[in-house]
Amino acid sequence: MADTDSMILAQGLRKSFGDFEAVKGIDVDVRRGEAFGFLGPNGAGKSSTMRMIAAVSPVSAGVLRILGLDPATDGPEIRARIGVCPQEDTLDTELTVRDNLYVYGRYFGLPRKEVRQRVDELLEFVQLTEKASAMVEDLSGGMKRRLTIARSLVNRPEVLLLDEPTTGLDPQARHVVWDRLFRLKQQGVTLVLTTHYMDEAEQLTDRLVVMDKGLIVAEGSPLSLIAEHSTREVAELRFGVAEIGNSHEAIAGKVADLAERVEVLPDRLLLYTADGEETIAQVHERGLEPVATLVRRSTLEDVFLRLTGRTLVD
Amino acid sequence: MSILTTSVGRSARSPLSPGDAAGLLLYRNFLAYRRAWYIFVSGFLEPVLYLFSIGVGVGQLVTGFEFNGETIPYADFVAPGMLAASAMNGTIMDATFNFFFKLKYNKLFDQMLATPLTTMDIARGELTWSLLRGGLYSAGFLVVMLAMGLVGSWWALLVVPAALLIGLAFGGVCMALTTFMRSWQDFEYITLATLPMFLFSATFFPVTAFPVVLRWVVELTPLYRGVVLCRELTTGALSWGSAVSVVYLVAMGLVGLLVVRRRLDKLLLT
Repeated sequence: MADTDSMILAQGLRKSFGDFEAVKGIDVDVRRGEAFGFLGPNGAGKSSTMRMIAAVSPVSAGVLRILGLDPATDGPEIRARIGVCPQEDTLDTELTVRDNLYVYGRYFGLPRKEVRQRVDELLEFVQLTEKASAMVEDLSGGMKRRLTIARSLVNRPEVLLLDEPTTGLDPQARHVVWDRLFRLKQQGVTLVLTTHYMDEAEQLTDRLVVMDKGLIVAEGSPLSLIAEHSTREVAELRFGVAEIGNSHEAIAGKVADLAERVEVLPDRLLLYTADGEETIAQVHERGLEPVATLVRRSTLEDVFLRLTGRTLVD
Repeated sequence: MSILTTSVGRSARSPLSPGDAAGLLLYRNFLAYRRAWYIFVSGFLEPVLYLFSIGVGVGQLVTGFEFNGETIPYADFVAPGMLAASAMNGTIMDATFNFFFKLKYNKLFDQMLATPLTTMDIARGELTWSLLRGGLYSAGFLVVMLAMGLVGSWWALLVVPAALLIGLAFGGVCMALTTFMRSWQDFEYITLATLPMFLFSATFFPVTAFPVVLRWVVELTPLYRGVVLCRELTTGALSWGSAVSVVYLVAMGLVGLLVVRRRLDKLLLT
């Protein structure tokens, strides 16, 4: 591949497990220095895609190039140049924090002295210097996550793959992780992450794809996706206990023409509109009295739910 | 032994040589066990206790056995059997329980596969580690034998490499079987196979005590090959049978190794 700025290139990429097709033909092109996100509900095919990119899962069909290399033939070389932060921490529970980083660094064939130096830097970077001699089992969830991220950086990767980097973390720990990832992005590391947290995708990614049932259903920057698939604002209306003939569905019918789209939830109505305040004023003009109203900006979550539906996926 | 040195599925540009890779796995295991050295002690003591109890104790009542045309004292007969058994038991501990833990619970191999290491590196490194453990027990046991005057030949120095071959054979096959295990209970099958081998592979009494058919069966078991090889070395009575044992054990180990790699591919590179 002559194009040296293409870090990950997928064309018609597919992955099947027996009869089940997890990834049904996706096209992706991640550029150098970009922060790229895979967004989607559970079972959308994000992790299967990530494992193929990490060169640990054979491609079922289609083309996949990582750093211009073919994972089928150049797996070890690809893995030498990328960093992987898997969905579940796969830390070595029989080793200390420091040894986890040290041994892992050595797996890349790096010289001892070099690894020792990088381990000290990385412990500092993820704020675990004081825990260097602790066993992994004694760490909190957030600390383990930071250690996993530090570990994925020990080979100074050109691309960092993060599969749901903050799932299961408390808000403080999430913000620490975001902060570290943002710094890496500023240093020019190409980030590829999967998430189902919309705020995470909005905060961290330059460009993302929304996956659903093994396919890409939308692609763009967070802002362009919101512009394309949602409205600028959302007016949320909450009415009192629904009376007969006055249910949320019935009310929705009365205000349908005031918004581009109306969504009925069990406890409230969502009116997708360019100007939320204006829309609420019009609702009042029609003699409807919501007990509570809220105007907010459209988020990626609205896009996500619009594209992948509200039905629970397991 | 080309399979142990050539690279399978390795990119020419991989930063690690197969030797480096195996060395790193050994280093990782060394770090993990450094804090738990005492668990090595029980494995070492077991065959020594058998030697004292049966070889020396029961030996008071047994005059000795004929082996390759010479009559040797009972303790001299039992000791090489225990040495071979200690190589088997030491190796199996790492090739079964510890390998299973790393594979299913510690997810150790998943993290290794995120690096340039390959499934063949893992299979080779883990097998080397487990056979070294068996070898270490055997070397310790040889020292006990020397101290008790149970060694009759300089050939005995070769029992340490012979013990490594026993480790290779049992380690390879037991690791391969472990990849099929679903839970800890399944390891009973391994005990079910190794315990009779330990008791009946000419360890405590000569194979001539069996009826002919049974004797053939016993002579086909891997521990028997290992026991006889060790006994030939410690008594200095080598024969062509020794070469058969060597080929048998090496072949068993390599088949195991290849199965392990294939199974790791199937289980981990999905």
